[in-house]
Amino acid sequence: MIARFAGGLSRRAALLLAVVLLALLIAPWIANDYFVTVLILILYLAYTGQAWNIMMGFAGQLSLGHAIYVGLSAYVAAVLFTRFGIGPWIGLLAAIPVAAACGAIIGFLAFRFGVAGVYFAILTIAFAEFARIGFDHLDVVNASAGLFLPVAQYAHNDLWRLRGDPTMFYYVILAATVLAFVLCRALRSSRIGYYWLAIREDEQAARAAGIDTFRYKMYAVMISAAVTSFGGVFYAFFYNNLFPEQVFNISRSIEIILGSVIGGVGTLFGPILGAFVLTGLAETLNSAMLYFGIDLPGAKQVFYGICLLLVVVALPNGIWPWLARRLGVAEDSR
Amino acid sequence: MPFDVYLNVAVGGVLTGLVYGLMALGLSVIFGVVRVVNFAHGEMMSIAMYLAVVLFSGLHLDPLIMLVPIAAVLFAFGYALQAGLINPFITRPEHSQFLLLVALGLIIVNTLLIIFGPDARSVQTSYALDSFEWGALIVDASKLYAGAAAILFAGVLFAFFRFTLVGKAIRACADNYTGALVVGLNVNRLYALTFGIGAACVGAAGVIMTLIVDVTPMIGPTYTLLAFVIVITGGLGSMAGALVGGILIGLTEALAGLLFTPSAKSMFAFAILVVVLLFRPQGILGKRAT
Amino acid sequence: MTALLALDTVSKRFRGLVAVDRVSFTVPDGEIFAVIGPNGAGKTTLFNMIAGAMASDDGLISFAGAPIDRLTSDAVCRRGIARTFQIVRPFPALSVEDNVIVGALLHRRNVYAAREFARALLRRLELFDKRNRMASTLTLPDRKRLEVARALATEPRLLLLDEVMAGLRPTETDRMVAILKELNRETGLTIVLIEHVMRAVMALASRVLVLDHGIAIASGSPAAIVRDPAVVKSYLGAEMA
Repeated sequence: MIARFAGGLSRRAALLLAVVLLALLIAPWIANDYFVTVLILILYLAYTGQAWNIMMGFAGQLSLGHAIYVGLSAYVAAVLFTRFGIGPWIGLLAAIPVAAACGAIIGFLAFRFGVAGVYFAILTIAFAEFARIGFDHLDVVNASAGLFLPVAQYAHNDLWRLRGDPTMFYYVILAATVLAFVLCRALRSSRIGYYWLAIREDEQAARAAGIDTFRYKMYAVMISAAVTSFGGVFYAFFYNNLFPEQVFNISRSIEIILGSVIGGVGTLFGPILGAFVLTGLAETLNSAMLYFGIDLPGAKQVFYGICLLLVVVALPNGIWPWLARRLGVAEDSR
Repeated sequence: MPFDVYLNVAVGGVLTGLVYGLMALGLSVIFGVVRVVNFAHGEMMSIAMYLAVVLFSGLHLDPLIMLVPIAAVLFAFGYALQAGLINPFITRPEHSQFLLLVALGLIIVNTLLIIFGPDARSVQTSYALDSFEWGALIVDASKLYAGAAAILFAGVLFAFFRFTLVGKAIRACADNYTGALVVGLNVNRLYALTFGIGAACVGAAGVIMTLIVDVTPMIGPTYTLLAFVIVITGGLGSMAGALVGGILIGLTEALAGLLFTPSAKSMFAFAILVVVLLFRPQGILGKRAT
Repeated sequence: MTALLALDTVSKRFRGLVAVDRVSFTVPDGEIFAVIGPNGAGKTTLFNMIAGAMASDDGLISFAGAPIDRLTSDAVCRRGIARTFQIVRPFPALSVEDNVIVGALLHRRNVYAAREFARALLRRLELFDKRNRMASTLTLPDRKRLEVARALATEPRLLLLDEVMAGLRPTETDRMVAILKELNRETGLTIVLIEHVMRAVMALASRVLVLDHGIAIASGSPAAIVRDPAVVKSYLGAEMA
């Protein structure tokens, strides 16, 4: 099975991958807490970026409202935990169908009525905004006052309830990111992956080849939403507080896509690389500013904006394809 | 609730809607001609709003007097933006353009945040608290002037497109890009001009808007979305549609704010957007794309 | 012989213009049938209606005895009709091989099986050596062959070719004609082609339909229609006769 997975990767690429993975595995042992927290954020964005990439990079549907899946899942799991004491892993089982259903609704409305391209993106934004304002008035989740998860000082790490120190969260999100990568790889080389690429390239021609594009677009949206769902649950249990204004905010949606766009939409390594580069640089900027005593709220976002601008203008396919060619580990033409 | 409350709120909504319409008009012009989805529209408007606030607090000049100069500044900004940055993107895939403008919007909002901080600023004109009364109807002076200014500016714009040579050239570009090239129109320059005009529109709308609302950096994205809702509802590419859509949204927002909670009023705008996208994507006055 | 494809008084109007006016014809299983006529005669509109890309306004279109009028284009393909486009539409960012695999996946669920089948088709269409190149880097004749390969990968009973010879040099045309003839002979594939290149029509078709302004003005064997005065007048000109 490892051979199957590694098939298609050149020896160079496999070696590179192994080194990176090893580095990530031992990171908490050699880094301080702050660094681990930064890595958690990077991996969180790498994870959700990959989930978004399924919809955009593979199937070509631009979603700018992905925060809705994060938010819905976060709230479902959080409410189940705070009101019924149900642990996050069971909560996940409830959150996934909710997110997938939401994706199905958005997808159905859009695809049945021929809403595509930029209009589709606007539709996704509208839904996320709708959720943001709606949840701000929803009493069962404490509305705008915010929902808080109990954070006790635990003597040991509780994986079942996801309570514990950052290192535990780090390995959880690392495992999730790796699994997401494996999933994306599997999807891409499967029948559904081929069909998605065909739809992305030319939907009419895809239909002439017998592909039921409505159905496969629906799959893309629902699978993307379902995968994003875990990110939402993680978010809830790591940050322990949820405010509709923050969770459903369009900035969250943009953060999710930034890594993938900068790294390379549609590629397998793009979202991960992008998350590392973007957050790495952003945190360096932050630290530098702190060092010089400059306090500019918003500087990080300006930085994100500039990065996005540079990538869109100069490297529209993202950093990964360019880098991969330099390193001689280019992904196959797919 | 008594009828006159509804009436007053409705009239207030319509007047605000006229300003919304002017803002959306800029977006419609840009999209209708240059075919670029300006996702930094609201952010550009917030630049104009801050200019108005700063000039007001510095020079004590009424925003309406500053209208033309600020609109001119935005015009230059839009022209430069289109000519310098956006032009090569016209042939790129849609989402590429979109992301370019998302990036721009992000930069604008946060630069404003850095410069001005998150607190709200406002323009307190001498007539800020005045109102006019006609029988049961009580109208805020600010809103009345705002609505009037919006109609005036929009009227000038309509006249420009209808009667001037340049205006007709721009409409030709919108109708038939290749045809325009063939007859020797300098399309790139006309595109830049159009973007500048759209920016001037939104600049004017921004200045006028300071009479009605307070300014924070975060309103940029909110207005961008609102502009899209209006333009899609009214009909993408239809100038009259932008105004009609603006009035409709202004009215709906005002009434929704009255009947439900004020903070939920944008939910209605989005609900309308979803309905329009699904059932009449060409909008009220738009033409169905073949 | 059973008619595989049957059109009965099919019409299509675009606002004031009648693009296709009560056209009827049948194509028996295993035949190569050509549709010719001047530009704007309604040929591609006819194809679009058969392939499900456009709805007909009148008449009946049946395939293998069942009506296919209201089917979407993907459903029509699943029934067994594959088509190429007048302006070729390969999937640009996919490799040549992947393009054909997309087609092959219709009936072969497993990607490995689909790849094997795709390779066999690429060999037949002389594209095997270029299988790893991106479709956008191919020359026009190769892109046309790729489009045919992708269509064939869906294992159709009927293949609709829309001006597949346009832009090809005579030697390339002859190669394509040979490939199509071979396919028809070996697998019994029914082919309906829209063509302007008379060289190909004469070499391939056993029967020809001539359309002009949406009306069928002549039909018969190639030899017969090139002598038909109405056809000569509206389309061919005197040299062909």
